[in-house]
Amino acid sequence: MARSNKAARNHTSYWASIGHRLSGLALAAFIPVHFYVLSLAANDTGALDGFLALADQPLFKIGEWGLVVLLVIHMSFGIRVLILEFLPWRHGKDGRTNLVWVGCIAALIIGVYFLVRAV
Amino acid sequence: MSTLKVKIWRGEEDGEFQSFEVPARENQTILDVVTEVQRQQEPGLSYRFACRVGVCGSCAMTVNGKPRWTCRTHINAVAKDGEITIEPLRNMPVIKDLTCDMTDFFQKWQKAGGTFKGTVTRKDKVVTIPPSSPKRQKADAGIECINCAVCYAACDTVNWDSEYLGPAALNRAWTLVNDERVGNQKEVLDKAIGDNGCSSCHSQGNCTASCPVGLSPSQSIHGLKRMSLLSFLGTEV
Repeated sequence: MARSNKAARNHTSYWASIGHRLSGLALAAFIPVHFYVLSLAANDTGALDGFLALADQPLFKIGEWGLVVLLVIHMSFGIRVLILEFLPWRHGKDGRTNLVWVGCIAALIIGVYFLVRAV
Repeated sequence: MSTLKVKIWRGEEDGEFQSFEVPARENQTILDVVTEVQRQQEPGLSYRFACRVGVCGSCAMTVNGKPRWTCRTHINAVAKDGEITIEPLRNMPVIKDLTCDMTDFFQKWQKAGGTFKGTVTRKDKVVTIPPSSPKRQKADAGIECINCAVCYAACDTVNWDSEYLGPAALNRAWTLVNDERVGNQKEVLDKAIGDNGCSSCHSQGNCTASCPVGLSPSQSIHGLKRMSLLSFLGTEV
């Protein structure tokens, strides 16, 4: 049996850093696709119209909802890191973990708003 | 008397767990259990300890997957169904059993500028530093470190990047750059914000969540990051 190589990871700051990292990677993977579709506007408007029609399908709306949620999570968790780095801490354990929950709730509200608008 | 089942890492990096059973006592720390195994069952078991009261920082081990100071960790706080797994701290080479080679850990304190270099000699008058001074209070928040390496073992960034100075060394640097008696604060800051310094921190906060004496290396590292920006902008540190 190998050593566990575990760390003390099960705390809010850790999960916030994982959320920030994974949402960033997912958004980075999306950006090339985003620029490719934008390039169709300049190079092939017929293909763009075809893609936009496809993008009106429900499955794409769910994908767009995912993107909106990822953007809110990445932005709010990133703002938390900036606050940690640039504002004084109120005490030693002040990891501003409440901001993690604020970010999650903001992502939920904005995600629901997006879905309601899309339906 | 009921018993505790204890699995202890034996060997070096390549090794295996060895199982023991020890009497479950009402007041028993992890260090007590390791000592009982070594004294009563396996004299060849290697581990470190000195003070047994949470001051020297030498007895840290990984207990049920988390780095802890074993002399102040009560069995009842960590035993799951009467079972305990004890391993050496991670992020450091294993010498034997529960004993790690802490050479890199302590050398990184030096690399982060951790040596105190004062501005006066013993022949000068003692400089008065008001405890209420904001810089003194920042330094005071980090000075009780016992060098146990629990934060270093808990840090994923150290695990990914063996050159990263780590939370304990950077916490030490933070106390020095806020210590008004230190004469080389710029030099310490340059080391702490240089290669493998505070900028490598991923803000996971494992160090602060694990520190047995309640310090916040994470706060110190973020303070260094803030100072590095101010230094870059030309603001006097």
